[in-house]
Amino acid sequence: MEPHPVWRFLATLDRRWLFGLTIFVVGIPLMTGIVLTQKPSPMVIDVFNAIDDLPEGSSVLLPLDFDPSAEGELQPMAEAFTRHCAEKKHKLYYLTIWPQGVGMIQRQISILSKEYPDYKNGVDYVNLGYRPGYEVVINTIVNDFPGLYDADQNGNPVSTIPMMKGIKNIRGFPLIVNVSAGDPGLKQWIQYAATPFDTIEIVGGTTGVQASTLYPYIPRQMIGMLAGIKPAAEYEELLFNKYPEIAEKPKTNTASVFMTAQEAAHFMLIGIIILGNLVMWQTDRKGASE
Amino acid sequence: MTNKNAIWLAIFLAGFLFLSWRAVQFEAGAVYVKPSAGTAEYEEVPFLLREEAGSEFSWPRTMGVWLAAALTFAIFSFLFGDNVVYKIAESIFVGASAAYAMVVAFWSAFVGLLVGRLTPDIARMTFMPGSKQETDLWFLIPLALGILMLWRLMPTGKWVARWPLAFFIAVFAGLRLVVHFQSDFIVQIQSTILPLIVFAADGSLDIKTSLWNMTMVFGTLACLTYFFFSLEHTGIVGGISKVGIYLLMITFGVGFALTVMSRYSLLIGRMNFLLKDWLHIGIEM
Amino acid sequence: MLKKTIPILIASFVGFFLILSKFSPGLEEWDSKVSTWFDIVAAFAMVLGATSLLSSHFKKISNKKPGWAYSLITIVAFGGTLIVGLGKIGVPPSFPGYPWSGDYMTEGGAFWWVFNYVYVPLAATMFATLAFYISSAAFRAFRAKNVEASLLLITAVVVLLAQTSSGPMLTEGLPDEYAHFKLENIKGTLINLFNTLGTRAIMIGIALGVVSTSLKVLLGVDRSYLGAD
Repeated sequence: MEPHPVWRFLATLDRRWLFGLTIFVVGIPLMTGIVLTQKPSPMVIDVFNAIDDLPEGSSVLLPLDFDPSAEGELQPMAEAFTRHCAEKKHKLYYLTIWPQGVGMIQRQISILSKEYPDYKNGVDYVNLGYRPGYEVVINTIVNDFPGLYDADQNGNPVSTIPMMKGIKNIRGFPLIVNVSAGDPGLKQWIQYAATPFDTIEIVGGTTGVQASTLYPYIPRQMIGMLAGIKPAAEYEELLFNKYPEIAEKPKTNTASVFMTAQEAAHFMLIGIIILGNLVMWQTDRKGASE
Repeated sequence: MTNKNAIWLAIFLAGFLFLSWRAVQFEAGAVYVKPSAGTAEYEEVPFLLREEAGSEFSWPRTMGVWLAAALTFAIFSFLFGDNVVYKIAESIFVGASAAYAMVVAFWSAFVGLLVGRLTPDIARMTFMPGSKQETDLWFLIPLALGILMLWRLMPTGKWVARWPLAFFIAVFAGLRLVVHFQSDFIVQIQSTILPLIVFAADGSLDIKTSLWNMTMVFGTLACLTYFFFSLEHTGIVGGISKVGIYLLMITFGVGFALTVMSRYSLLIGRMNFLLKDWLHIGIEM
Repeated sequence: MLKKTIPILIASFVGFFLILSKFSPGLEEWDSKVSTWFDIVAAFAMVLGATSLLSSHFKKISNKKPGWAYSLITIVAFGGTLIVGLGKIGVPPSFPGYPWSGDYMTEGGAFWWVFNYVYVPLAATMFATLAFYISSAAFRAFRAKNVEASLLLITAVVVLLAQTSSGPMLTEGLPDEYAHFKLENIKGTLINLFNTLGTRAIMIGIALGVVSTSLKVLLGVDRSYLGAD
């Protein structure tokens, strides 16, 4: 018995219809601007508290190890971390072990100069830029920070930068907040910095692709992480609840805006998977019964 | 003209008319800037705040947004099949990426670490006037290794590149041996050694935590059994290995879901750029 | 001797020295020094990679191989980016009187412009197209044909549903004694328990593999990195 024409049509469906459906499902929520409330999960609360519970003015190392190919997922996280640390008046040390990370750091500097004009370069934040060497950079700076970073991105010697005075290595930092898209990244920061040295605490933001491989490090080697865009949206929710003034600034709820389209995409994908399996069941069953 | 070509022409014409309307009515792609208090000369002003005092239209950034949109569509055109526009965009990407890496390597390593350490006087006269570095001749070693590495490009004597390559590999091998053993072996085993029977503070059996710990311990062992190929997977070993596979399938299912989420986020990021930063649709929300 | 033995000796000496330095506080300074040298050599490796790429494209153009026009575009894009980056065009100097003292990535500079309006859209869009292929693959290839595949798909569907704000509403009405069966708690168990134990087993296996491969390289057993004679 032949399968019903609908199943036969679906079995040979041109994939461009699926491409069009994807654009439609992702684009409409973005155009409407609807933002759904996200309930923060326990791990996101742990990451938030790791930054929030630090005494005001603490030194925070912010390695931003990602490139533009992951900006859709990680840029909102990096911005949320920057704003959170700035609200707590923490001292921010930006660096990266990805060449493209230099451009991503520049975006955070732009946020600081626009939204936190009291933040001064060299006093409240410093951009140490990129050093080649992959994870070996981390191995160097756990012992000798000024040896590798003797000037900031603007060429100012670290000996003249007030917030770099007295820093011999990164073991004195109470917290490392790493945003990473792959290798080298959060895994290497955990391996080279957080695991060998008990004094180093680390939280992270990472892509969904990498996140599933990092859960075994929690909680012994890492406090917690934001694994993808949903935790990033939950983090923004916590940030707006604690610091409502951030919500009034433009483009501060990027993750939350993205999540609406993301949820639509999830439902679409679940529907497609179920439909695909139904098509397989119908066409295989009908074919097998001949 | 065939039907297919006519349809494509109609689509492009409609797109062109739409873009022209958006550009004229809603200033699609327009970027405004104002003088910056930071290290940059100008900083971007949000489009909705462009009427603010001090804001001015920026031609370079506006042309940049239109170029970015064009390049985005060029890459997306691959969805319809390989074509000339996609290949041009891909060629630009390859060239720009390679040059980007060289620029970053030059300023961060050559100038910062080599010139700054070997000839600090030259560095002070040119790129790093504030530098307080003294000459450190130990840095002749990495300079020599680097030159040997570049010798690979020469027509003869390529073999000398093996020396810095051996150094390169040895550093990775030596460091990774230690960190992987500590972080991914010893500490992971430590984290798996959990009490199988847990009592709550009031002395009663904490069933949930006990079950959790038992699953974690025996589940990890089952998964490890699956990867142990020195014993044939038959009998009890085969049964445990089967449980291990099922647990690994759950692991991969979680990984798959998170990966899918990740990929859609990237698309959403680009759609957001096209709709909001370029066409200014939905920015009032 | 020079082509084979010395590189193997370099690899062994440097590798074991670095391992030893992890256990000897007195060697920490040398550990940092060697690591810093590595960082510089890595920069040369980046230059080597870029130069090799250029050389292959130049050969393609000079031999007029099919597609040589695309190689020309690659070289033009390379040259343009290199010039604005090395020249720090449009970058205000950090120190007055020293035109090349500023940050090459300063907002508004030419290199910043190329990064934000050429590199970022190309790199981001390359990966964004994957979402379309996932949609297509979800329909054609994600089929529950056996128990293992079914387990994978069901887990994925549960996690995808739980990662929305409306999905957990399906199980919101469950009484407290059945709280473990709420969707967000099931997701938590899948991720924090099952995903962790499976990934941990894989991680332990990989760690043993890394240790054995590293030892083989450092002891000179594995010489594949030297290439052919």
